[in-house]
Amino acid sequence: MEKETCTFSYCARPEIVEHETDLLLIGGGMSACGAAFEAAVWANPKKLRITMVDKAATDRSGAVAMGLSAINTYMGGNKIEDYVKYVRNDLMGIIREDLVFDLGRHVDNSVHLFEEWGLPVWKKGDDGFSLDGFQAKDAGKPMLKDCKDDAEREKNVVRSGKWQIMINGESYKVIVAEAAKKALQMNREATGVKENHFERVFITRLLVDANKPNTIAGAIGFSTRENKVYIFKAKAMLLGPGGCVNVFRPRSIGEGMGRTWFPVWNSGSGYAMGAEVGAELTLMENRFVPARFKDGYGPVGAWFLFFKAKATDSNGDDYCTNKEYVDDAKKKYGKYVDVMGTTIRNHLMMEAMIRGKGPILMNTHTAMQAIGQTFKEKLGEKEGAKKLKHLEAEAWEDFLDMTIGQAGMWAANNIEPDKTPSEIIPSEPYLLGSHAGCAGFWVSGPGDIPNTPKEWAWGYNRMSTVNGLFMAGDTCGASGHKFSSGSHAEGRIVGKSALAYILDNPDFKPAIKEKKDDLMAEMYLPYEIYEKYKTYTTSPNNVSVNPHFIKPDMFQKRLMKIADEYFGGVSTWFKTSKSMLEEGLKRLQLLKEDANKLAASNLHELLRCWENYHRLLTAEAHARHILFREETRYPGYYYRSDKDFIDDDNWKCFTNSKYDAATGKWEFKKVPYVQLFP
Amino acid sequence: MPSFVITEKCDGCKAQDKTACQYICPHDLMALDREKMKAYNQEPEQCWECYNCVKICPQQAVEVRGYADYIPLGGSVLPMRGTDSVMWTIKFRNGTLKRFKFPIRTTAEGSIDLYKGKSGDPDYSKLKQSGFFNYEAKKG
Repeated sequence: MEKETCTFSYCARPEIVEHETDLLLIGGGMSACGAAFEAAVWANPKKLRITMVDKAATDRSGAVAMGLSAINTYMGGNKIEDYVKYVRNDLMGIIREDLVFDLGRHVDNSVHLFEEWGLPVWKKGDDGFSLDGFQAKDAGKPMLKDCKDDAEREKNVVRSGKWQIMINGESYKVIVAEAAKKALQMNREATGVKENHFERVFITRLLVDANKPNTIAGAIGFSTRENKVYIFKAKAMLLGPGGCVNVFRPRSIGEGMGRTWFPVWNSGSGYAMGAEVGAELTLMENRFVPARFKDGYGPVGAWFLFFKAKATDSNGDDYCTNKEYVDDAKKKYGKYVDVMGTTIRNHLMMEAMIRGKGPILMNTHTAMQAIGQTFKEKLGEKEGAKKLKHLEAEAWEDFLDMTIGQAGMWAANNIEPDKTPSEIIPSEPYLLGSHAGCAGFWVSGPGDIPNTPKEWAWGYNRMSTVNGLFMAGDTCGASGHKFSSGSHAEGRIVGKSALAYILDNPDFKPAIKEKKDDLMAEMYLPYEIYEKYKTYTTSPNNVSVNPHFIKPDMFQKRLMKIADEYFGGVSTWFKTSKSMLEEGLKRLQLLKEDANKLAASNLHELLRCWENYHRLLTAEAHARHILFREETRYPGYYYRSDKDFIDDDNWKCFTNSKYDAATGKWEFKKVPYVQLFP
Repeated sequence: MPSFVITEKCDGCKAQDKTACQYICPHDLMALDREKMKAYNQEPEQCWECYNCVKICPQQAVEVRGYADYIPLGGSVLPMRGTDSVMWTIKFRNGTLKRFKFPIRTTAEGSIDLYKGKSGDPDYSKLKQSGFFNYEAKKG
């Protein structure tokens, strides 16, 4: 097929805006907000410039845009070593313990700041019952920052699990964004730069330096609001666009396609753009398949941990203690079954489902009734009923703070959680590095954690294998369970270390080797193609049957179909194999070639074209990593049916890859896992 | 549960330079029909139902209808977001009503005092060590 090019013969040439900065933050989520906050302190006295580029409005961008009902990573009175152990167990034994420990020792300060800035944090009342953020304030409960030590903090917070604390988090992101925006404003005042916060600008590609090998120099993007292309030059960069959603065909394929568990706008842009400049990826075979309330994907954590609800099969049996399933799992996955992490619980749930013992039910009603009974016994009829009412509100708030659609799902089905159980199900796969997953880039660690291998720390904390390119949150691999607070803290770690890198390289002047016109033409190609061919058929824009191009929505559907059927999606019960992966990769290659025919009739579609191109590269990395790792490390998330076992002798290691964008070739290697903590 | 805009209530935010829903949607879904001066959700199958358009609309013109592919009709969930709390009204298909009010913020919007008590230069000798400008990393 003929390759399409853009010469602006059909679509209008956009205006070019060039912007030079020192530290460029790509994304506006928790990591980037953390980076802006910390970096400004170190940058302002030195008059170093910070710039944030967000494809959305920072007040409500990233994974916390809707809000959250809990902060999942707070050490409090716990030992950091225990946090490392918990993360290692949940991620099947292979994590970068230096990164996880480093995160654990920093994260609490971000949580204390959130509360100081205005985030309502639940506290334990004198009677042992929980108080919401307002009640706690009225009762004179101390702020976490004002507690005399961690033991006192631990006494005050309301834990829903060992590491989680409850919040009233509707405005969580608004509050964190306010702090980041103020930090950017102070940086403007310190440096005299007029504009350093670009909302509604989508970065499509990173640019390496023309002179210094393997060094980041900038990025290019476009406005989704006006005909403008942005070229950013930067000495250092945080790549923080989040994880990857809807790369696999979701369970709901109509309107419900948007009701993904992780935010639907996470398009894998970080993984794709970092890979394209040759940054080394790690554990990209890892994915997360959350078991959640069916269809609405409402959170189950508080139900399991806080309300102590039990999930059972349709016979009322606890599938996690079924001897047949557990014995069979032990034969294949050995000691990992004993820990009963998230992957194994998923696996056992599916064992029940495939035997026809679905639906799997979360018994919210029996949990609520048991709690109600305890309240009445402890407090008497009247006071007990009042507390139960408060508890019911807490149960609804869990959804309303972070998955409002699940509340709508209950309302439309007349489900009251204290009367009726609710179905749970393993969702479609997601790629991420901040939640219960560890896909991402291979980065340098802090270097000061005893027994860390030398090659794990090349000078700047969280810097990738590309000089000046830093990772945090979902893009920083082999170190999951950071969640919102940990991503903010990791962004702050980057804010500091990126500044150190910039100060160590005072003479570095980023230079871009590509011609501006070429970059612009590449970015606007889908526009040119649409304008060139739109009148060839009678098909209206919203239908677009045209042999000359493919619209981004159909491109995504083709990608999701390949991923689902060949790379272990829901339609095969997450099972794949060498031969299926190889067949799928052939189809993916053709789709990759067809990316050259993507067409956009407006800026919104141009955004979707590039997002879906990023999804495609992320999917390719994922499939190739699954192919490389010849075992089933994450049962319950995916199965290599041809290698359905855990093989610690050969595969208890990191799997790292490097992509060459010029040739389309991938290189793989094993990197030894080293245990740093008992 | 895609958002939709009630024709009668939407005024296209004509008093402002951009519509509130367009400004806030994290997924670039809300568009403005300039002829009618009415906003609409241009890609409902990409809607995460985060409700940010619903919460921000000054005319309360934006609501949400459950995803047609799995949610029965008749229920609704509507927020009223104030400066310090949010009120939720949940209507069941069978008519049951539930109302909840939750705190959202303990401080005034815009009141964050960023580097309180930490003016002046940070200690650059600690730039490459663990810890933040205001915090020493925990030991274990």
